[in-house]
Amino acid sequence: MSKTITLDGKTIPFEDGQTIMQAATAAGVYIPHLCHHPEFTPHGSCKLCTVKVNGRNCSACTFPAAEGQDVLNNTQELTDDRKKITQMLFVEGNHFCPSCEKSGNCQLQAVAYHLNMLDDHFPLFYPHREMDASHPDVLIDHNRCIFCTLCVRASREHDGKDVFAISGRGINKHLIVNSESGQLKDTDLDMHDKAAHICPTGAILIKRTGYQVPIGQRIYDHHEIDEVSLLTEQHHGE
Amino acid sequence: MKPFIQDLAAQHGHQATHLLAMLRAVQARFHYIPEQAIGQLAGLLSIPRTQIIGVAEFYSFFHLQPRGQYELLVSDSVTDHMLGKHQLMGYLAEKLKVTVGGVRGDGMVSLDNTSCTGLCDQGPAGLVNGRALTRLDVTKIDLIAGLIDQQKPLEQWPAELFQVADNIYQPGLLLGQPIAYGSALEATFKRGLQETLAEITQSGLRGRGGAGYTTGWKWHLCYEGPEEDAFCDIDAQKKPQRYVICNADEGEPGTFKDRVLLNRYADQVFEGMTVCASIIGAEQGFLYLRGEYLFLYDKLQTVLQQRRDAGLLGTNILGQGFDFDIEICLGAGAYICGEESALIESLEGKMGIPRNRPPYPVTQGYLGKPTVVNNVETFLAAAAIAVHGGGWFSGIGTEKSKGTKILSISGDCARPGIYEYPFGTTIQTILDGCGADDVLGVQIGGPSGTFISNQEFHRKLAFEDLATGGSFIIFNNSRNILDIVNNFTHFFAHESCGFCTPCRVGTSLLKKQLDKIVEGHGSAGDVVALEELCRLVKNHSHCGLGQTAANPIITTLERYPELYQAQLKKISYEPGFDLDAALETARRMANRNDAAAHLAQVGEDHE
Ligand SMILES: Cc1cc2nc3c(=O)[nH]c(=O)nc-3n(C[C@H](O)[C@H](O)[C@H](O)COP(=O)(O)O)c2cc1C
Ligand code: SF4
Ligand code: SF4
Ligand code: FES
Repeated sequence: MSKTITLDGKTIPFEDGQTIMQAATAAGVYIPHLCHHPEFTPHGSCKLCTVKVNGRNCSACTFPAAEGQDVLNNTQELTDDRKKITQMLFVEGNHFCPSCEKSGNCQLQAVAYHLNMLDDHFPLFYPHREMDASHPDVLIDHNRCIFCTLCVRASREHDGKDVFAISGRGINKHLIVNSESGQLKDTDLDMHDKAAHICPTGAILIKRTGYQVPIGQRIYDHHEIDEVSLLTEQHHGE
Repeated sequence: MKPFIQDLAAQHGHQATHLLAMLRAVQARFHYIPEQAIGQLAGLLSIPRTQIIGVAEFYSFFHLQPRGQYELLVSDSVTDHMLGKHQLMGYLAEKLKVTVGGVRGDGMVSLDNTSCTGLCDQGPAGLVNGRALTRLDVTKIDLIAGLIDQQKPLEQWPAELFQVADNIYQPGLLLGQPIAYGSALEATFKRGLQETLAEITQSGLRGRGGAGYTTGWKWHLCYEGPEEDAFCDIDAQKKPQRYVICNADEGEPGTFKDRVLLNRYADQVFEGMTVCASIIGAEQGFLYLRGEYLFLYDKLQTVLQQRRDAGLLGTNILGQGFDFDIEICLGAGAYICGEESALIESLEGKMGIPRNRPPYPVTQGYLGKPTVVNNVETFLAAAAIAVHGGGWFSGIGTEKSKGTKILSISGDCARPGIYEYPFGTTIQTILDGCGADDVLGVQIGGPSGTFISNQEFHRKLAFEDLATGGSFIIFNNSRNILDIVNNFTHFFAHESCGFCTPCRVGTSLLKKQLDKIVEGHGSAGDVVALEELCRLVKNHSHCGLGQTAANPIITTLERYPELYQAQLKKISYEPGFDLDAALETARRMANRNDAAAHLAQVGEDHE
């Protein structure tokens, strides 16, 4: 008999070594997330995937599923808190969605819709951040980085390179690249690298592909992120 | 520079785990981490340059831009402020002709703030090129300014500037009777390893670093190792590599007892570590010493060498065929490195970012191996328990808190310093003991702990009532609570490692929101918004730093809600900024200053 946990009152199976996120995804339940990606080592930093396990807040993407867990995911309280955490991500950077090439394909934006986020709620930080347009094919817009480290992990774990890293402490965190000049053009990043395509926001973009798909016809213009996420991530658990 | 870096890397065996030590040396030599050093070290250590930049930008004591030949830092602890730090800083800046945060034009001196340096009983305190300065005053500043102008090397500065006192006022069970050299190890081998572990467990000793985990259990879990090895006896467990780490990061503002323990009782602390190593089967130990305690480094190395010479450390300890040695690693200015998994990351030569748990360090710690991390005082107590037995310790204290607690007392009292009290002692007794009167409140356990008011002095020192890692800061009735809370809240925002959203963004938002209220720009909804933010940061942060960062606000808001309300204006919404001032640039550009070019803030009257 397979082992089980309860997720919002429903019994779902899990295998040893699976996280709560993996078990939920396999069972067709969406847990909001941004820094999690089924192909890479979990990071546990955005805290969007916070669930209540036997009454305690845990990150679903890193917390191992275990027999007897009573997990709460889709509650009003958690949804409210996740919305505020998303708002935090918005105010610490500069996210001008209407003028962003990623609009409609952006997971940050999509998760905000999903959580019914209607305003910024918190005061905006308006940090001063740069762009790096030095690379012939790939652009970094630091204004939109949410420090999820997906590019870092994709470069290291998939591409076998170490192009990206997160540096700095606290609110001064920032993305850096691995070259003497500090510029993307001097790294060994290739536009076909996984790291160039993994960014959940518009912080890393492929040049000259802008607006190929018109706004209004993009992924999250027609589908909610829970639907898209389950569709693309479910088979990874198998 | 090239040969310097080459030698440095060679001295450290080209081990990337020693990155902090190497960067400390580079910073000391060049007063910053030059670009060439980064490139060269990356090559020599075979690590990406981004790791070096990451580390250099993470720790407060490293800089990518040149600092002064004399890097002066002044402690920003609330106790230093109570001792007139603000005026002193102004005087320093004026005297040295340098701005706070800046470097003087000739590159000779730089000045800045730093988090609590662990000298709250002898502040205002500071650091010059990493060396601790105590009891700063105008006379000493004049002296220092003169020495800098003459470019006198630090070794030639008068010793009185660097004098650090122990100030032990109340020794108890532990401080009153230090163990004889080697006696804990002898007793351990005589009694048996498993039997000694049983004594540690029976003593009821709980970790002294704050969290209060039962020490015997922690050691047990570590030697037990992975599940498949469980239930074997101790000797069979000796094969896998294990580590013992002594946490001497002591970053909680107001705590300085570990400094005194290492200055006065280092042998007993090292002996406690060695006892632990013998029980769990570790061959390597580390003392993670906060960078601020650099002045203890040489002395501690000497103590270690003497222990090796006496057969109490190194190979074949006491002829028992047991090998164990201890290495001292210095931090570089990061409170978060006191958190055990961040500490381990730091020991591995990385940024101090707390790991995801599980796995816990007892199963996967340093280099992924089972590791015990304990506080300095925990090892000190463990050594004494190994000698005297568990009953000797558990006979004192309360039901859930056995033994005594060593306190670092600072703030408004006649005799700030070190006090050891049995658990269960009332706060009033402690206040009487150090000569504190006219008390407004006490911050127990540092900023991450609890602020108690003068209506609560009957409460007790104990894990089940008022827990503390040792910080005990007293405020008299002349102090302003919101100033204190402000200082603490800024501390957390400065020390957040930035890994997780709720703490990285939340501590900055807390700071902004509190500033808004304290500066009189708050309106009716703002205290509610502050409370909501506190709850978010507390409930969703990844580690103890974020989970406690709102405590200063939460614990004072609970006790003095009227203080916060009194700061609010009577209107229902107030922008966080000064409307009229924000128009200044526009006025200048338009060359206007007539009445219509000004905006009045709505409803100015305070309650
Ligand atoms: C932000 C933070 C800072 C900490 N700082 C220290 C410290 O300076 N010293 C310490 O012993 N423990 C500190 N701790 C607790 C450690 O994580 C760990 O629990 C402790 O070292 C275990 O030792 P103990 O069981 O002997 O208390 C800190 C924890 C957090 C979350
Ligand atoms: S650039 Fe994109 S993928 Fe990389 S850390 Fe920032 S948000 Fe994440
Ligand atoms: S709670 Fe703060 S210190 Fe801890 S991991 Fe998160 S950002 Fe870092
Ligand atoms: S998805 Fe789990 S913390 Fe980001």
